[in-house]
Amino acid sequence: MALIEVQELSKTYDENVALRNVGLRIEEGDFLVVVGPSGAGKTTFLRLLDLLEEPSRGRILFDGIDTASPNHDRLAFRRQIGMVFQRAVMFNASVRSNVAYPLRIRGIKNDLDRSIDDALKLVGLEGFEGRHALTLAGGEAQRVSLAQAMVFQPRLLLLDEATANLDPRNVSIIESIVAQINRQRHVTVVMATHNIAQAERLASKVAVFSEGALAEMGDSSEVLGKPSELLISFAAGVNAYTGQAYPLDDGLASVDIGNNVRIEAATRKKGNVTAFIKAEDITISTTPIKSSARNTLKGKVTGIIDLAERVQLKVDAGREFEVIITKKSFHELEINLDSEVYLNFKASSVRVV
Amino acid sequence: MGPLLAQFDPILEGLMRAIWLLLTLNYEVYGIMLLTLFVSGVAVIIASVAGIPLGAAVGLNEFIGKRPFMSLVNTLMGLPPVVVGLLVYLLLSASGPMGPLQLLYTPTAMIIAQIIIAAPIVVGVTVSAVGSVDKGIRDKALSLGATKLQLTLTILKEAKIGLVTAIILAFGAAISEVGAVMIVGGNIRWFTRVLTTAIVLETELGEFSVAIALGIILLLIAFIINWILTRMQWSGLRR
Repeated sequence: MALIEVQELSKTYDENVALRNVGLRIEEGDFLVVVGPSGAGKTTFLRLLDLLEEPSRGRILFDGIDTASPNHDRLAFRRQIGMVFQRAVMFNASVRSNVAYPLRIRGIKNDLDRSIDDALKLVGLEGFEGRHALTLAGGEAQRVSLAQAMVFQPRLLLLDEATANLDPRNVSIIESIVAQINRQRHVTVVMATHNIAQAERLASKVAVFSEGALAEMGDSSEVLGKPSELLISFAAGVNAYTGQAYPLDDGLASVDIGNNVRIEAATRKKGNVTAFIKAEDITISTTPIKSSARNTLKGKVTGIIDLAERVQLKVDAGREFEVIITKKSFHELEINLDSEVYLNFKASSVRVV
Repeated sequence: MGPLLAQFDPILEGLMRAIWLLLTLNYEVYGIMLLTLFVSGVAVIIASVAGIPLGAAVGLNEFIGKRPFMSLVNTLMGLPPVVVGLLVYLLLSASGPMGPLQLLYTPTAMIIAQIIIAAPIVVGVTVSAVGSVDKGIRDKALSLGATKLQLTLTILKEAKIGLVTAIILAFGAAISEVGAVMIVGGNIRWFTRVLTTAIVLETELGEFSVAIALGIILLLIAFIINWILTRMQWSGLRR
């Protein structure tokens, strides 16, 4: 029996349809990553799973039991589900008191200290008990949120863009903790993200949402290996290309991504593949440079988007590449629209599925 | 300089007199102080016990008529005490609906009047304090497994600063008002005379320095109570 079964689930706010007719099953032990652009219904879906809101239509079965059944208390289901939200909100109290909260409201008094220690150790924040929660930095606060969601040993952990506002270091810390929670503690995880690279790193299954509907779902390798147009269209911050891989020597492969563009990737895969390159992993130069990077492509700048302290460039090098560089580099290189630039990236920066 | 100093004479004299009255443990003055604290204290406690849950219920729920209700509460927050006094007087007077209880010209009548003055302030400020708690707190508490009651208590705890502000404002309004207690209490010596009504009386008698002394004592009491409440307000909190 599936841990969660969702049937014909819809949610409407006033006139707006946030979720339409979603049906899927989540098996015990799954790591399901829900991807989709903002507004695709990911958050609504997770809030419904956490029973924070009631569906306009459809059912959610937990352990095969209808969570809306009058014979069962929704609270009893909710108390088996932990959720971490995009924005880390802390109670105005110590870290200890924040982590103790879920236990206290369940009337659990035994081994309070040990449970809190365990939860803080899990997120790598031993010794933070006495800190005031409102003095924590963003990444620390989000890790305390994760400790709060784990301290009562939930069977299902929901993460709603939980790493979206964090620095790369905390993103990778949280990713590895969540992977560990899934693999070692056998907690079923559902994670919403707009970051395809994150899905690729963590997911056992991937569900793609678009405009409130479930567009596709399957094993991670299946969905990401043959990404649909839809999936590629919102792969923000990640360049994704489908193509043919031809093995080279030394664990490298040449991937033909179309339009006579070939990139080298550190993979032994061959045949039909998808190559992902994070926009941040590509460097830009105005002249060809000799470096260890296996890939150098000549292209023309076709778009410039200001992202506060960073700049996102669109570069046409046969295929379009999205590149993110610092504003300082952008100014120093004197890049304009139609500037000729060279894209450089390592073969190991190319993830092949 | 002479005439100017003369202007300040009653104030200086009042200050000396206040210190004198307090140091010599003047029996009547201490009696008035205690009654003042008792009447306003009990009124604010009752107004808070009733008003904070009501304010929380209004602030945390959406219902038809919420806006008109809030307009009413906001209007009542500015209700002139003298009008409240008149109303309570009519209720309690011998021919009024509560006449048989014979409460007119008793401290109980004064407490009733001050509850009516304090309660809208407690309710109004509680609604806004509860409403300004981060919406993420609600999601978080529910998601971590809180019952409805636990959720409400959690939000009230997060709104603590605002709730204590509500109590401070209500106490300030109650202890400083004179119109209502004068009408329903009658300013009876040794029985219903509080600091504000005593100040009115002494001023009418031309005893300005006594009036000022009583005013200084009133300020002193308000300051001490607010100091205690403010300490409560910020204990264990950040930001």
